[in-house]
Amino acid sequence: MKVNLSKDELAEMMRRMIRIRYFEDAAVELHKNGEIRGSLHTSHGQEGEIVGACMALRLDDYMVGNHRSHGHPIGKGAKLRGLMAELLARETGVCRGKGGSMHLADFSVGSLGETSIVGSGIPVAAGAALGAKMQGLDRVSLCFFGDGAAQEGAFHEGINFAAIWQLPAIFLCENNGYAVSTPISKTALVENIADRAAGYGIPGVVVDGQDVIAVHEAVSAAVQRARAGEGPTLIEAKTYRYLDHAANMGRDLKYRTDEEIESWRSSKDPIARFQARMLQDFKFEASEIEAIDAAVKEDVADSVTFAKDSPFPDPAEAWTDVYAPIVA
Amino acid sequence: MASKTFLQAIRDAQYEEMQRDSNVFIMGEDVECNMFGTTTGMIDDFGRDRVRDTPIAEAGMAGVAAGAAMVGMRPIVDFTIAPFLYPAFDQIMSIIAKSRYLYGGQAKVPVVLRANMIYGNGNAAQHSDRPYSMFMHMPGLKIMVPSNAYDMKGLMKSAIRDEDPVMSFEDVALWSTKSEIPDEEYLIPFGVADIKQKGKDCTIVAIGAMVNLALAAAEELAKENISVEIVDPRTLAPLDTATILESVKKTGRLVIVDAAFSRCSAASEISAIVSDEGFWDLRAPIVRVTTADTHIPFSSSMEPQLYPSKDKVVAAVRRTLS
Ligand SMILES: Cc1ncc(C[n+]2csc(CCOP(=O)(O)OP(=O)(O)O)c2C)c(N)n1
Ligand SMILES: [Mg+2]
Repeated sequence: MKVNLSKDELAEMMRRMIRIRYFEDAAVELHKNGEIRGSLHTSHGQEGEIVGACMALRLDDYMVGNHRSHGHPIGKGAKLRGLMAELLARETGVCRGKGGSMHLADFSVGSLGETSIVGSGIPVAAGAALGAKMQGLDRVSLCFFGDGAAQEGAFHEGINFAAIWQLPAIFLCENNGYAVSTPISKTALVENIADRAAGYGIPGVVVDGQDVIAVHEAVSAAVQRARAGEGPTLIEAKTYRYLDHAANMGRDLKYRTDEEIESWRSSKDPIARFQARMLQDFKFEASEIEAIDAAVKEDVADSVTFAKDSPFPDPAEAWTDVYAPIVA
Repeated sequence: MASKTFLQAIRDAQYEEMQRDSNVFIMGEDVECNMFGTTTGMIDDFGRDRVRDTPIAEAGMAGVAAGAAMVGMRPIVDFTIAPFLYPAFDQIMSIIAKSRYLYGGQAKVPVVLRANMIYGNGNAAQHSDRPYSMFMHMPGLKIMVPSNAYDMKGLMKSAIRDEDPVMSFEDVALWSTKSEIPDEEYLIPFGVADIKQKGKDCTIVAIGAMVNLALAAAEELAKENISVEIVDPRTLAPLDTATILESVKKTGRLVIVDAAFSRCSAASEISAIVSDEGFWDLRAPIVRVTTADTHIPFSSSMEPQLYPSKDKVVAAVRRTLS
């Protein structure tokens, strides 16, 4: 589906992609020097599919994601301060220091939560779509999950529910080729995860995840179908993760070659590719892109300062939000 | 007042809440055809949008309910027989129980997960579990195990209105038992035990259908002038420990009757709480009457002996007094 994007929208695409990149650059550093605890899964290399998909949504649409959690809420439009504060375990974090890197959520922008149990978000996203449909809202629900998650039973059950009930859901498989070290070729015989859509009687679409515009068009078409009551779509974005499965794992697992990583980085980087198109096809001046870049750098630095200036949660907070507060 | 069965109480609670709140809906296997009598008249009055047959996909059912709840719906999921919760374990434990907490209070997951417990009928090991204590282990879940139709209706209505996930464990042995149910609306709060009978010599805490065993045992013991106090906790999470401790303070003795396996059971937990907080009130060791820690066998030559019985409860009370 051809979508005519305004210059502002194109700039916003770039802005969100580099917000993810710089936010995670900062996060990796903070993790390396011990300021961020726990696991940190980065999306370096995957910014195109994330932003292309999220930009096809409205702010009030729903989104569910996974352990590779930072890009999704940033792509959906969340402010950086609360996200960085969460990574740094502060009281001002989006989850008030209870979720951390793998479990970001910002309900104010429709981000219903990233979940670190592989595949578990897929039925939840179908449920959010059911809720929207039953309430007569024209909202859609987008679910991000990996190629590894596509081998979970939850993938089958969640997508089938959305199919039989014709729910306004978009299932976006971020196929980065690997689940930790395991290549997709070892765990699935089908050429494309999207081929499985036929098994549910819904459309399946394969798209180049390194081309933000292509992803945006594919997801926009799925969103249009969903809003029109025509049911869910399974989209597979072929993409690649540059860094280790989790940051600073400190072990070279040797499941892929440096050449492979380098070839994706040097010729298919979603940000570099889009930048070239902005200059050539969309008539941006280099200075305009530089201005976006500089503003994002400032924003990321601000989020780190904000987070570091924020207090840690009171230890007593460990007992809150287990259940709803009791209202007398 | 009208005399109603346990199943009618479930149906009426669901019906009234669906009438009150259009966000309440039911999903489960074979609910449209009213397989168990808990959805009587609902297709006609609420339509198929709100009474939804699902595929046999329990993880999907739980996860879809969770997602719908997060955006404002109030799903009731009928899992039918309790072990069918196991395929949904991940969604219940990792999503439903934890989302409110994990996301710093942003998420609420007001689902009701219903499961019946059918045991003692030759259905063998895979169909006969009473698994509530597995879920008691997890913070974030609320658990009700009603012992009669009156409580069922009042608790179920509270469960549907609750802002948190509730699991309802429903003993099939109670299905056709009746209570007098008032015509006017009533709610029973969670975490409030019911003292079924006052007594002074020994406290029996009995869970779900075990309340009836306790009542029968108490009747027999009364003939020997042994006075038993029976506490029905009604909900296991939250658990009304204050009422249990108060009763033990009075009687000095405690028997806990729980149809689940003994190891890590609700009975074990209640026993531990009373040991911790009521030890100096005890005049005898606590006795648990539970189901033996083996699988449930098919043959009637093996099965019945494993469960709590009136005689076992009577013997347990005597033991505390000897
Ligand atoms: C149910 C479950 N099993 C295993 C893991 C450990 N684990 C975390 S991420 C991951 C790989 C996931 O691969 P994929 O879905 O392709 O996502 P990617 O990390 O490539 O983005 C594994 C095995 C987990 N978190 N949850
Ligand atoms: Mg992967």
